[in-house]
Amino acid sequence: FGGRSIDASSLETLEEALYTADFGVATTEEILTEIKSAYKADKDLRGQQAAAIGSSVLKRVLAGSERELTQAPTGPTVIVMIGVNGSGKTTTSAKLAWLLKQDGKSVMLAACDTFRAAAVEQLKAWATRLDLPIVASHTGADAAAVAFDAMQAAKARGCDYLIVDTAGRLHTKSNLMDELAKIRRVLQKNDPTAPHHSWLVVDGSLGTNSIEQARVFHKSFGITGLVVTKLDGTSRGGAIVGIWRELKLPIYFLGLGEQPEDLQPFSAENYSKAVFGTE
Amino acid sequence: MFESLTDKLSSALRNLRGVGKLTEENMADALKEVRTALLSADVHFKVAREFIERVQTACVGQEVLKGVAPGQQIVKIINDELVRLLGEGTNELSSARPLKVLMVGLHGSGKTTSTAKLGKLLKKRGYRPFVVGCDVYRPAAIDQLEILAKQEELGFYSDRVSKDVPAIGAAGLAAAHAANADAIFFDTAGRLQIDSDLIEEVKKLRERIKPDEILLVADGALGQEAVNVAKAFHDALGLTGLILTKLDGDARGGAALSIKSITGVPIKFVGTGEKTADFDTFYPDRLASRILGM
Ligand SMILES: Nc1nc2c(ncn2[C@@H]2O[C@H](COP(=O)(O)OP(=O)(O)OP(=O)(O)O)[C@@H](O)[C@H]2O)c(=O)[nH]1
Ligand SMILES: Nc1nc2c(ncn2[C@@H]2O[C@H](COP(=O)(O)OP(=O)(O)OP(=O)(O)O)[C@@H](O)[C@H]2O)c(=O)[nH]1
Ligand SMILES: [K+]
Ligand SMILES: [Mg+2]
Ligand SMILES: [Mg+2]
Repeated sequence: FGGRSIDASSLETLEEALYTADFGVATTEEILTEIKSAYKADKDLRGQQAAAIGSSVLKRVLAGSERELTQAPTGPTVIVMIGVNGSGKTTTSAKLAWLLKQDGKSVMLAACDTFRAAAVEQLKAWATRLDLPIVASHTGADAAAVAFDAMQAAKARGCDYLIVDTAGRLHTKSNLMDELAKIRRVLQKNDPTAPHHSWLVVDGSLGTNSIEQARVFHKSFGITGLVVTKLDGTSRGGAIVGIWRELKLPIYFLGLGEQPEDLQPFSAENYSKAVFGTE
Repeated sequence: MFESLTDKLSSALRNLRGVGKLTEENMADALKEVRTALLSADVHFKVAREFIERVQTACVGQEVLKGVAPGQQIVKIINDELVRLLGEGTNELSSARPLKVLMVGLHGSGKTTSTAKLGKLLKKRGYRPFVVGCDVYRPAAIDQLEILAKQEELGFYSDRVSKDVPAIGAAGLAAAHAANADAIFFDTAGRLQIDSDLIEEVKKLRERIKPDEILLVADGALGQEAVNVAKAFHDALGLTGLILTKLDGDARGGAALSIKSITGVPIKFVGTGEKTADFDTFYPDRLASRILGM
């Protein structure tokens, strides 16, 4: 770069910002390289803050990652929530149902976590609070059977959406991955195009393991998008950038709290600004 | 063990073959690789840097031991330092009887499940455990704890009407005393370390119940924010231990090193599955290998 190089301390600041946002080694290094070459190519960048450069590069890296939820042409649009333990699937199911209901849609919930203690009660409590119909069985019941019943009920009632909450499972457990495939098979008995969306719910406070989670869930189940939760905390959820770069899974929503309204459509621009604190 | 770790950490370390003394120059590449390994394991940026500096100081000037490849020697130094750091402090619980344990942490980290796991473990050790449900926010949180308590035959108290968490804690403590329990666990709601209202609430709960142990329950896959989270909980409450959960997955667990380095709080237990039996005391050497990517 010669005399025009970004100085070492601003590069280090950028590097630190990228690492501490959980971008991981590969993404951080690639973005740093991009920043260096963006600087080289565009002399206007010269006087700008390192953070502004970082945020514009990040926005470019994330181009195409935003996606709006669309409804299937016929029948209930089925959305399955998938993810590791405690990532926020059940809460996101409730929040999404609330958002859609506010939008005038009819929504049904399916309580397909029949494994964890009081998981059924948790989603039922949400259904009561938000006044939403729910199909549920008891702990220990066959999750796929609940999905089947819920699909039939949603069709019979002419619901616009069916949101299927599933049990938390680590991507490393293949037997639990098989259960997801079974849920999909029974949904397809009622509608060959279901599920229309299979979303991975990613805890934004986790680090680089989220990329591995996405890789494995996508390979074994075919993920169609992401929801990133718990971004109301101090974490910046940078692992989603690695997921986007590698798997090109669009990001639909961000979870920003525990209340029904704490779900926001993802915006690459806002996110890029937030990561580098350049409002 | 060190051989396979050297293989993993690869070329830069093996390139040190044939050197007689470890110097700053010949170690630079090797240490850069170790830094990458730590960052990939989610060790905090600054913690990783400090760790590398410490290892560097420990290495420089050391004669390469006869018959030991220098790469392997560095790996041994790194591993020993990591095991030492992770293992500092005791992984034993306080010996107070009755033993009062307050469980805290971020949302979904595994507090309720770990409460039941710890209750089961202490029951096996001859205690009469009792759990108190202090999460009045998450839907069905009390049901979850009650189901687990029934399943493990632990004493149980909660109040489904009150929202006064410190008062629930005090009433739970009295109920536990009345039941002649000698290991009493308080399960609390998930909370952000920056949520000042909820941090105030748990501080008041602590004042009322005066716990002997305050355990931070943290997800083993936690990212860089682990340092801020742990520091804030520690500053507010004075943590006495850490439980690292979900280690049955393949997260490398570098957050534990971050938390340990920043707070000095000892790691006491690890969660290794969803079932109440999937719980283990902490072994620093296992976690060190995991963080280094063995
Ligand atoms: N602060 C915050 N908390 C959240 C958010 N989403 C979920 N939570 C909390 O995270 C915890 C776990 O959420 P759940 O919805 O139960 O997660 P889950 O993935 O269904 O968990 P399992 O079914 O046990 O695998 C709960 O305490 C939720 O209230 C979010 O966006 N922000
Ligand atoms: N695989 C695995 N899952 C775990 C482990 N510990 C807890 N879980 C699961 O993680 C999820 C969250 O656990 P909880 O005990 O509900 O977490 P919590 O911290 O009480 O959650 P909140 O009260 O909502 O903040 C559940 O699905 C548990 O079954 C573990 O060691 N391994
Ligand atoms: K978590
Ligand atoms: Mg759930
Ligand atoms: Mg809980």
